[in-house]
Amino acid sequence: MTRVRKKSFIIMSVIGPLLIASLWAIPIWLATRDTEQRTIDVVDESGYFENKLSGNGSLNFNYVTKDITSAKEKLSENNNYGLLYIPKIDIDKPRGITFFSEKNPSIDVIGNLERSLRNNIEEIKLIRSSIDKETLESLKTDLSINTINITDSGEKTGSAGVATIIGYIAAIMIYFFIFIYGIQILRGVIEEKTSRIIEIIVSSVRPFQLMMGKIIGVGAVGLTQFLIWIFLGFGITTLVSSYFNIDQQGPVPVTAGMEEAQDEGAELVTEIFNSLESINIPLLLTAFLFYFLAAYLLYGSLFAAVGSAVDNDTDAQQFQLPITIPLIFSLIVLSAILREPDGSFAFWLSMIPLTSPVIMMMRIPFGVPLWEIALSMSLLIVGFIFTTWLASRIYRIGILMHGAKVNYRILGKWLFMKN
Amino acid sequence: MELLRTEGISKSYGDFWALKKINIRVPEKSIFGLLGPNGAGKTTLIRIVTQIIFADEGEIYLENRKMTGNDISLIGYLPEERGLYKKMKVGEHLVYLARLKGLSAHDAVEKIKFWMKKFDVLTWWGKKIEDLSKGMQQKIQFISTILHEPRLIILDEPFSGFDPINANLIKDEILELRENGSTIIFSTHRMESVEELCDNIALINKSKVILEGSKKEIKQKYKSNTFIIEHQEDFEGLNHNFAVLQKDKLEEDYFRSVIQIKNGENPNMLLSELIQKVHIHSFIEQIPSMNDIFINQVNAISNE
Repeated sequence: MTRVRKKSFIIMSVIGPLLIASLWAIPIWLATRDTEQRTIDVVDESGYFENKLSGNGSLNFNYVTKDITSAKEKLSENNNYGLLYIPKIDIDKPRGITFFSEKNPSIDVIGNLERSLRNNIEEIKLIRSSIDKETLESLKTDLSINTINITDSGEKTGSAGVATIIGYIAAIMIYFFIFIYGIQILRGVIEEKTSRIIEIIVSSVRPFQLMMGKIIGVGAVGLTQFLIWIFLGFGITTLVSSYFNIDQQGPVPVTAGMEEAQDEGAELVTEIFNSLESINIPLLLTAFLFYFLAAYLLYGSLFAAVGSAVDNDTDAQQFQLPITIPLIFSLIVLSAILREPDGSFAFWLSMIPLTSPVIMMMRIPFGVPLWEIALSMSLLIVGFIFTTWLASRIYRIGILMHGAKVNYRILGKWLFMKN
Repeated sequence: MELLRTEGISKSYGDFWALKKINIRVPEKSIFGLLGPNGAGKTTLIRIVTQIIFADEGEIYLENRKMTGNDISLIGYLPEERGLYKKMKVGEHLVYLARLKGLSAHDAVEKIKFWMKKFDVLTWWGKKIEDLSKGMQQKIQFISTILHEPRLIILDEPFSGFDPINANLIKDEILELRENGSTIIFSTHRMESVEELCDNIALINKSKVILEGSKKEIKQKYKSNTFIIEHQEDFEGLNHNFAVLQKDKLEEDYFRSVIQIKNGENPNMLLSELIQKVHIHSFIEQIPSMNDIFINQVNAISNE
């Protein structure tokens, strides 16, 4: 209850989405800002490149016919960005092309120049071997394999890419939620214990009620915060990106190429939608909600137990580790799961309650038999009832213990101590 | 009638017996002192009564019926080690604790205002707990203990951390609560407050009750029939039933004697014998203080 009113909560709820949005917006802003026009003097002694260089719209070329020494002198006067010197070169071995500038040139500019020069040289070579551009274009083949899932309800277009992304997002959200709010439970319990308010409160409510109240309370706060983040983050991101879209699209004339690109884009979109159809959305959402909450309850009670057993944050570390290891482990093996979402490794990990939430969420978009999901869910329920039981036994004793040095043997003793 | 009765309460932590077969009876509308040296098991007993922990054996009866989980709302408990949520404001903290005890939001606010006014701390309502001094926090905790008007109030070392003025305030409040029908159990090391406040006591040492009853009875039981007499002129040769334990000369011809009466005699006989020999200025029975009883009893046990 106090948590929601804390200033830090309100601040984080507002700042969080701003941070997320700025993660998106700043690179976009930087990218659009960087269209500053730069003029580059070119001394082309080879004669291959005159009026042929292009700088992707951000570079202007000023072809000068002076010799290199006087061109260099002039550079300091006319404030141009740099001087590109192309000596007489062998088209097969282009060496000695030099860029002079007062400041270190950006990688972007150099990359641009290199690309432009290379394209020109390649074109010259093509012409030399009497292949024209059209022939070359027609040689390029655009190919991607369409994956079709054969299911009971017919064939559906699938996409490993989309499944991966959805799985990843779901798995990582669960991971972060458990981590952030699990630690908050831990802190909360330690705070109650060290401020000695615990005894006042447990004389009014049962320790178990208090523990579950804490877990559910922090969970509700967390969920609120998460939702605020998602909505605000999504809102701001859309706002920002639409702003930049307008900004970018306005002055650029729609060319035939772009139309083509748009067609391709549309194709991609339909492909994504098709593959989304192959993923059972209601199942995915239900599973996500279930694993999200169950995993939180499972880990939350463990964090509460740890918090009750120790006197301060530093002592908490040693007991936190065994709890967080399965969580971190499941995140690390995600890529292995990705490679083989139906393998036995993935299967077993998605059955063990400690790892199943993260792993199963990764697997579900690829299609998992219903019985496996059902089994994993029931195991998770059993798991979280067990950890809650375990945690409550440690908790009820731990919260009243002060100053005692706690180790695993003592924890075990508490576990089997009668009421 | 007794409000609270425990029968054969035992509790062990592994091999260590924190309490062994504890029987205490707390009469209604009285102040009950739970005494004992550190580590005797007082706090364990209190925690069992407040149902924070459970006894291995034994029963607790409240008003002659077995105590149930719902009965904790009839108890107000002020632990020895006490704290509050530092970040919360005084008013809302009290409301929170009151609501945990089952008061409605409206009642809670009204009662809190009443008590805060009484303790002259109403202006603290919007202050944060962490901005209050320790003594101020104690006052808030005391209010939180009593504001749901519990039948049984349990105070563990209620005076620690209070200055003499506030300690008196709390003391008066405890007496007033008894007048209004509450029963108070308090545990303390401060014998002078036991002397002043308690109607009944129980002395716990090494997990056992070694002394229980009303303060008056206990004092009667442990008085040694010893009298302090101040008199003019010296005396010699008293009846062999009277033993002179001590005789101090205060001024010239002016003495203070400590005389113990042996079995079968009474103070009047001592007086009548003395009157024949000396001028008596004062004649007072030496009543043991709770402090003496406490120390004697505890030492007697540990010397066994």
